[in-house]
Amino acid sequence: MALLEIRDVTKKFGELVANDRVSFTVDTGAIVGLIGPNGAGKTTLFNCISGLLKTSSGRIFFDGIEITGLPSYRIARMGAVRTFQVVRPLKDMTVFDNVLVGAFLHATGGTQARETAETCIGMCNLTEYADKPAGDLPIGIKKRLELARALAARPKLLMLDEVMAGLTSTEVKTALELIRRIRDNGVTLLIVEHIMEAIMPIADKVVVLDGGIMIAEGPPDQISSDERVISAYLGAKFSRRLQAGRKEGTHA
Amino acid sequence: MNALKRKDLFWLALVALAALLPAVSAVSANSFSMHVLILILLYASMSQAWNIIGGYGGQVSFGHSVFFGIGAYGAGMAVVTYGLSPWPGILIGMLAAAVVAVLISYPCFKLSGHYFAIATFAIVEIFNRVFLVWYWVGGALGLDYPIVEEGLKNLMWYDTKTGYFYCALALFVLVFGIVRFLEGHRFGYQLRAVREGQETAESLGVNSTAIKLAAMALSAALAALCGAFFVQYNLRVDPPMVMSLDMSMKFVLVTILGGAGTLAGPLLGAAVLIPLQEYTRALWGGLGGGVDLIIFGLLIIIIVVKQPAGISGIVRDIAKRIGRRPTAAKGGTSYGAA
Amino acid sequence: MDTLVQVLLDGMLNGMLYALVALGLCLIWGVMDVINFAHGEYVMVAMYVSYWLGFLAKVDPLISIFAGGAFIFILGALTYKLIIHYTVGKPPLSALLATFGLAMLLKNLCLNRFTPNFRILSDTWLGDRTFQLGFLIVPVPQLVTAVLALLVIGLIFYMIRSTRFGWAVQATAMDKEAAELMGINTERIYILVFGIGGATVGIAGGIMPTYLAVHPEVGTMFGLIAFICVAMGGFGSIPGTLMAAILVGVVEALSGYYIAPVFKYVAVFGLYLAVVFLRPKGIFGW
Repeated sequence: MALLEIRDVTKKFGELVANDRVSFTVDTGAIVGLIGPNGAGKTTLFNCISGLLKTSSGRIFFDGIEITGLPSYRIARMGAVRTFQVVRPLKDMTVFDNVLVGAFLHATGGTQARETAETCIGMCNLTEYADKPAGDLPIGIKKRLELARALAARPKLLMLDEVMAGLTSTEVKTALELIRRIRDNGVTLLIVEHIMEAIMPIADKVVVLDGGIMIAEGPPDQISSDERVISAYLGAKFSRRLQAGRKEGTHA
Repeated sequence: MNALKRKDLFWLALVALAALLPAVSAVSANSFSMHVLILILLYASMSQAWNIIGGYGGQVSFGHSVFFGIGAYGAGMAVVTYGLSPWPGILIGMLAAAVVAVLISYPCFKLSGHYFAIATFAIVEIFNRVFLVWYWVGGALGLDYPIVEEGLKNLMWYDTKTGYFYCALALFVLVFGIVRFLEGHRFGYQLRAVREGQETAESLGVNSTAIKLAAMALSAALAALCGAFFVQYNLRVDPPMVMSLDMSMKFVLVTILGGAGTLAGPLLGAAVLIPLQEYTRALWGGLGGGVDLIIFGLLIIIIVVKQPAGISGIVRDIAKRIGRRPTAAKGGTSYGAA
Repeated sequence: MDTLVQVLLDGMLNGMLYALVALGLCLIWGVMDVINFAHGEYVMVAMYVSYWLGFLAKVDPLISIFAGGAFIFILGALTYKLIIHYTVGKPPLSALLATFGLAMLLKNLCLNRFTPNFRILSDTWLGDRTFQLGFLIVPVPQLVTAVLALLVIGLIFYMIRSTRFGWAVQATAMDKEAAELMGINTERIYILVFGIGGATVGIAGGIMPTYLAVHPEVGTMFGLIAFICVAMGGFGSIPGTLMAAILVGVVEALSGYYIAPVFKYVAVFGLYLAVVFLRPKGIFGW
């Protein structure tokens, strides 16, 4: 069952085509990775899905309902919540209050909102920072805050934009565990990632963008040996060397 | 959450103390000090009304004197033009102010930063001129109150200022109470989120336009209520008195001085400015040689440059230094995200 | 028809004055994105300088414009150094509010020292002169101010466009950090821009006391109109500000004559609102 369906989404900025007829689906309960080299159009696609930008053409469906062109707050209310690549803490509010804003989206009252906020803060290991102003924190904590806040909004689909960037490998491991736990709690995930070690281990499916076009879609191990993908990341020359190496039986 | 309850008890104690003040004969006998107290309560309420959209909402509007004026004229016309008690006029004034606020803000919110500020000046000036020539509201002559029966029905007292004092106190409790309530509930959090980052707030499901308009409407209605009290106290109103840039700036500056986006800010600002204003006028007569405003101007410069969080920021810093458990302030340290 | 042309002339002359006052604000706003709320008060101070020089020392306004220019240059530079410098990193409203404090300070200092009485300079060389141009009555002081305005605007425009200093100013306006990386002393640029912006206002205030009464409140409207001219003309555009100012002057004159004097500013402010809602970037904005 597809929770999110992207159909032929194209986004142009003047002459520049950032997304070119991208189509894929995200099934309920899945973790889908969205990868691609810099400038491939990943964040633009996110912005189109979440309503921050209007598509030039194409349609987007969430939970069976068309969300193309809806304002971002409506899409968030329907259950598709995103985080930002460049984190956006609500600077003059405390960590707790930040998460509380997320919680108020679906909570029926102050008490329930506060409970949700506390749960999410606990899940993301932010309890010791709860009373601190969000603007003053180190970047790693801010990223966790971004995640906790989005979680508090009780998403059906959680869209993470480069949540791992700038994290140490230990932090990446912790983040991966957290993401698995989130999925186990019934949340579907669409994750934009740049770091292969971060996304390949946990994704059920990977979608690859390059220059605005979707060049591959499939399970992680299939993607990692896909010629076009390797070529996009490493260049055609290295890809050929890799292929030659494989034929001779040596590992790349 | 216990810290919150402590804060609330403090406020209740303050109000109770204030309610007992007129019983102290030294205070109530001195008409001037009663006047100062009443003005403090009034300006604190006015600024708190502005604080809703300007401090918590981050939309620095210089147009609030329009709403203040609508409220004043609403009450004034009920009494002077139609010979009624002011109450129907007050209600209509509050409603009218809210409607005007929404109509004006909707296009204005699309403007950014400086353009928005200037647009609000422009609107005040337009209203000012229109009221000056509008026959129905009394034009340039304004409205002068006739002598009517004393009491709550007509919201007027002649012998002592005690009645006005309790009215002002009630106004204060109402406005501050509303803001305190909103601060802790969904509306307050969503409003502040919009201030801190409109796109971010929307990504969390907040309809920023609706929230801003609602905050504006509430702010305007409460400003109008303050205007109504003003005219009942002053017994006279004309356009330059209420619908002027100077009056608009008072809304803004008292809050900024005290600390925008905080509950106590408007009271702190009023408690500093009003005695300054009234006592310099008493000492030097007339406009007081503008001394109060010279000092106020200096204070504003210093506050904005050194401590944008205002007096409440200064108080907070001192409290931190004394070593009490530092709790992050509820509300904002910045009073405007462009 | 004759009256229409007369009204238009008066409006245009007035508009040129507004343009000169707005020029300073255009520079400041364009280079550092700051609204100097005390800009109108600069006009008031300049007028007082010219008035007192004329009244006490019998210095003709044509000469005291230089004194006015220098005085406000210093005032502007000080405003930057002591106030604006500290608001650079903060939300844009800081500068606006701080300069409002300054405006209040200046206005009430003058109120305190000089009383609220209206004052006009008489016995000057230009005096009340007018001359006839066909059916038109041309007031000489206003004409001189307008010519002066054009000169100064042209000079500043040339300076910004074609001198090294002007290029440094443009660079700082576009990207302060990049300019610094190019070796431009942006702090000095800011001081100079504020000073020059002030000086132009100082010059504007010079001749005015011969035909406009000087009093502490005189600056407020000038300030507001300056903002409107700059905003309508488009952020940082000198030609835009000039056009907008002339437009404002004409609209003010027309509405004042054909509707009612009290509606002069309603029309001007209404014009601002119309422009800004329809073309948010101003008439020539970028």
